[in-house]
Amino acid sequence: MNLHEYQGKSILKGYGVAVPMSIVATSPDEAVEAAKEIQKKTGSDKWAVKAQIHAGGRGKGGGVKIAKSLDEVRQYADDIIGMMLVTPQTKAEGKLVRRILIEQNIYYPGPEKVEEYYMSILLNRDEGKNMVMYSPRGGMDIEAVAEETPEEIFTELIDPKVGLTGFQARRIAFNLGLSGVAFKEMLRFSTALYNAYVGADSSLFEINPVIKAADGKVFAADAKVVIDDNALFRHKDIAALRDFDEEDPFEVEAGRFDLNFVKLDGNVGCMVNGAGLAMATMDMIKMSGGDPANFLDVGGTADAKRVEEAFRIILKDPNVKAILVNIFGGIVRCDRVAQGIVDAYNNIGDINIPIIVRLQGTNAEEAKVLIDESGLKVHSAIALQEAAELVNSVL
Amino acid sequence: MSVLVNNNSKVVVQGFTGSEGTFHASQMIAYGTQVVGGVTPGKGGQTHLDRPVFNTVQEAVTKAKANVSLIFVPPAFAADAIMEAAEAGIGVIVCITEGIPTEDMVKVKEYLRDKDCRLVGPNCPGVITPGEAKVGIMPGFIHSRGRVGIVSRSGTLTYEAVDQLTKAGLGQTTALGIGGDPIIGTTTRDAVELFMNDPETEGIVMIGEIGGNMEADAAYWIKEHGNKPVVGFIAGATAPKGRTMGHAGAIIGGKSDTAEAKKEILTECGVHVVDSPADIGHKMAELLK
Repeated sequence: MNLHEYQGKSILKGYGVAVPMSIVATSPDEAVEAAKEIQKKTGSDKWAVKAQIHAGGRGKGGGVKIAKSLDEVRQYADDIIGMMLVTPQTKAEGKLVRRILIEQNIYYPGPEKVEEYYMSILLNRDEGKNMVMYSPRGGMDIEAVAEETPEEIFTELIDPKVGLTGFQARRIAFNLGLSGVAFKEMLRFSTALYNAYVGADSSLFEINPVIKAADGKVFAADAKVVIDDNALFRHKDIAALRDFDEEDPFEVEAGRFDLNFVKLDGNVGCMVNGAGLAMATMDMIKMSGGDPANFLDVGGTADAKRVEEAFRIILKDPNVKAILVNIFGGIVRCDRVAQGIVDAYNNIGDINIPIIVRLQGTNAEEAKVLIDESGLKVHSAIALQEAAELVNSVL
Repeated sequence: MSVLVNNNSKVVVQGFTGSEGTFHASQMIAYGTQVVGGVTPGKGGQTHLDRPVFNTVQEAVTKAKANVSLIFVPPAFAADAIMEAAEAGIGVIVCITEGIPTEDMVKVKEYLRDKDCRLVGPNCPGVITPGEAKVGIMPGFIHSRGRVGIVSRSGTLTYEAVDQLTKAGLGQTTALGIGGDPIIGTTTRDAVELFMNDPETEGIVMIGEIGGNMEADAAYWIKEHGNKPVVGFIAGATAPKGRTMGHAGAIIGGKSDTAEAKKEILTECGVHVVDSPADIGHKMAELLK
């Protein structure tokens, strides 16, 4: 599950990770109030005004501004709230900004030079262990750093029995070139960050940049936090942070019926049992000259109710020109699934696009007869290749 | 021969008396698998499906000589169930459970490092050696004993390959579903190694998907040590970046995670890559002519 920056930072703060003081606002008035409050508490006379959406690269699209006065806070808040923010990670139409974060300025003057670093924590799948990845080159796209100067990316693989060790935390601080106050600050920072990662059952932390302020203090200036969906059952507080506005409405609706659905931009809808077969079916649609409109795993029990809901969701997309149903009946019998399809079809009534049903496995022959004799405008197939050819012929 | 499970496998089902455990254990018994009992803590001493129920895996090992475990325990308790089986000395642990938190599996992986056992899964359909033992949730009847070993990260896609091989008259030695999670026990490479070393297996079907480096890792091993034809398929060529496609492990993070990158590496390493899953059976038939 993706979180907003402000939500991620509040989790980090709970584990003792230093974050700049910040307050969420949903209107220019609230933004100004927030800025005054931050000034009172921290003395900050500049503020970052940051759009809160689930996408990176917000600065590039004009979603992050530095305000030098309360008037500017109001102005930027007015500009950003309600805008359709386009970033390299959003779709072309952008994402509606519903709230902003007003944040203390951490680029304040002082004896040292302000530095930006990169730090992320993620799973190293090959090793089956978490790792901290970090670089003295913060504030830029880490994939670009990996290509240009791979020697400036460091990793610490974490032994799950002991967590991030003292010597690893020191190595991080040394590799980032720190000394004095900042060195000690970084030890605390990396250790707390790792504890937060494990404590919140995260699947990704990306702090870019980590800021060393002019007085040596270390802050998480940004926070991309992704939580492991499978662990949400033991983090009810985090699960409650889910922002449905940031998700595709089709996907939200599918989720209500326990359908595993991902919206895509193509013209052929599909309904499949099993994730691997669903991906393979999408690939076959592409090879047959179509483009998949979605990923949809209906799961092991493809009964009439679920099939009907799945049809309804797919049919809401006006771009869909055909639907391919691909079910490998194992424990589920194909004739039952076929009956479900016929019932769903009749319940929905007017379906004006061709439907291709491929049922293979237990009772596949009976299922084909059932579909063929239903009188519905449904093409049936048993072999996978046959289904692909049908997709090609109806497009 | 075959790999991992056979006539001598004595299976204990963890989560035996739950609805999933009950249903699939009955199917396994009907298939002829030696199910020697089950574990449901607190129900020890009872009888279920004419088999004894034990409180602990240790008891199942001592009293019923169990050497294979099949786990249907819910996600919150599944990691513990795997460790219990390992501690009790079970040699092959097959975990069907989907949805185990990754952090739990990080701990399990570490726990298993010095244990003499092999974990298959989690989030997998299990392992079947046709005609000998079905340890999992796959439909038994589509399988036929034969010449090809299958390793796959996906359930229904495995059935698809099995079905095609059965219809092509090639059959399977063992079909092994390794699971769709980011952290799993037996990897693609482990499975390929097992099949390469199995005298009965003449060819290998390797089904992968987007996310992780397992297929590439297996391909490099095949390039060095391979002595049998391998047909490869990678699902997810049309999957968008950064989205989890059903399986928790099926997500494109960087370039090496894509289907295209994997297919390229597989091809370079001598694996016969098919672009359509419909071609797995024909391709293998052609290679084994």
